[in-house]
Amino acid sequence: MICFENVSIAYEKGSPVLSGLSFTIENAEAVGLIGANGSGKTTLMRVLLGLMPYEGTVTVDGLPVRKENLREIRKKIGLVLQNSDSQMFMPTVYEDIMFAPLNYGMSREEAEKRTDDVLEKLGLTELKHRHNHKISGGEKRMAAIATVLAMDPEAMIMDEPTSALDPYNRRVVINTIRSLPNTKLIASHDLDMILDTCDRVILLGGGGIAADGPAEKVLQDRELLETNRLELPLRYQ
Amino acid sequence: MDKINRAALELREMDDLAARQSPVHSLHPLAKLVTTIAYILVTVSFGKYDLSGLLTMALYPIILFSVSGISMRTCFYKLRYVLPLVCAVGLFNPFFDKAPILYIGKLGASGGVISMITLMLKGVLCLQASFLLAATTQMDALCAALRKIRVPGMLVTMLLLTYRYISVMVDEVSVMTTAYKLRAPGQKGIHISAWGSFLGQLLLRSMDRADELYVSMQLRGFAGEFQYADVKRAEVRDWLFAILLPAAFILLRYCNVAELLGQLLSRGTGAI
Ligand SMILES: Nc1ncnc2c1ncn2[C@@H]1O[C@H](COP(=O)(O)OP(=O)(O)OP(=O)(O)O)[C@@H](O)[C@H]1O
Ligand SMILES: [Mg+2]
Repeated sequence: MICFENVSIAYEKGSPVLSGLSFTIENAEAVGLIGANGSGKTTLMRVLLGLMPYEGTVTVDGLPVRKENLREIRKKIGLVLQNSDSQMFMPTVYEDIMFAPLNYGMSREEAEKRTDDVLEKLGLTELKHRHNHKISGGEKRMAAIATVLAMDPEAMIMDEPTSALDPYNRRVVINTIRSLPNTKLIASHDLDMILDTCDRVILLGGGGIAADGPAEKVLQDRELLETNRLELPLRYQ
Repeated sequence: MDKINRAALELREMDDLAARQSPVHSLHPLAKLVTTIAYILVTVSFGKYDLSGLLTMALYPIILFSVSGISMRTCFYKLRYVLPLVCAVGLFNPFFDKAPILYIGKLGASGGVISMITLMLKGVLCLQASFLLAATTQMDALCAALRKIRVPGMLVTMLLLTYRYISVMVDEVSVMTTAYKLRAPGQKGIHISAWGSFLGQLLLRSMDRADELYVSMQLRGFAGEFQYADVKRAEVRDWLFAILLPAAFILLRYCNVAELLGQLLSRGTGAI
């Protein structure tokens, strides 16, 4: 459903962050996106949602990522931002989670039900009426994930979903991700989490794709990982 | 905690105050808005020597403070930076207008003194009324109500976003000053050599934050119009509040109740 064809991305003209990217993500596939700091994971995700200019072809369900298609594409794809502070903008957690369903034309009762379901699923019922500025970093992370789950998108794109989470919440998120039938693209340095949730891994490095293959294979290749400033997942050490 | 962090907190406290419950909080937002505007207009229109008339206007904030359960102290505390400015406005009147117009016993008060006090009182009363509106009404509810009476969506969205943006900016200042202080121990405030870069950074960072927040709104389907919670229907008491109170203000403005009362009393005592 997601297709990149010979894509180049640059913040400043002449020095692309990523170039010559080509890959396809099928429906219901779970893909891990890994790479060193500054390798371009966040940038790639921003392109997918039409937040950055690019060269080449990017399509979502056959729709080119262009201005006129953005509303439809953004409805299909939910993005969990790397920085939860930027994700939450309503006064309370509850209102924040309801924001997307309401915008997509759901009635208030339906939206409330959806919100309650999502909070229940993530075990966040206590946060419901808390103010966004009065919850901890990890709690905010969980709430940010909830806001995207509430959109019920076809594909979930998550930028570092488990950073800032305690082991218990990390496990809750991993289990939630595993239980979702959606297409998933997950960027993270938490390689054990990637191993738990993804069948395939794309490794970014050197301004392009350094490897693309089955998670078990890529994540056991010590040499490949180390040349890209990564380490074997704990499980394989 | 330093000043700016406290300011950030205080700003948030306004939201908390507005989220409380009381007969005033549960009034329709528009009823409160209309009454507040009427109050301010009437208060400002009092003549510059009409101190006794103006004093009766103080009833409205006093009653509202007690019914809403918000203490007047909170109000004065939060307005502590603005109040002196408002009070300074009339400070020079006593020097220009020296003719005595009021005698208390043998002591004469000049027109300047009276008009100074009147001006200050006007300022304080208007500030209190606005504070009461803000402290008993949630911004979202107010915006929703404005949309209900067909105020253009663009304007209302701007109002709401501006309100949100203020706290983003204050947050950024607070984060930056904390970061600065941690690495400049024992230094009072921010050294003048850092002001330029500090301001520049502040602007960039708060713009970035605002940008990201906007992106995140767009990603969740925002298309220029907030989906507000349903506005509650106006009940009889909302109508009464919005009609009777402004009427009462006008009454207080045009017949001097304090004087009437005084006359009544003196007539009473005169009869004995
Ligand atoms: N706004 C920007 N302007 C210019 N260059 C940028 C901007 N944002 C990021 N970059 C550069 O683009 C490159 C890729 O950044 P990106 O944020 O995509 O990395 P990342 O893989 O998400 O890293 P991390 O693991 O640290 O999150 C980096 O070299 C960074 O310096
Ligand atoms: Mg990143």
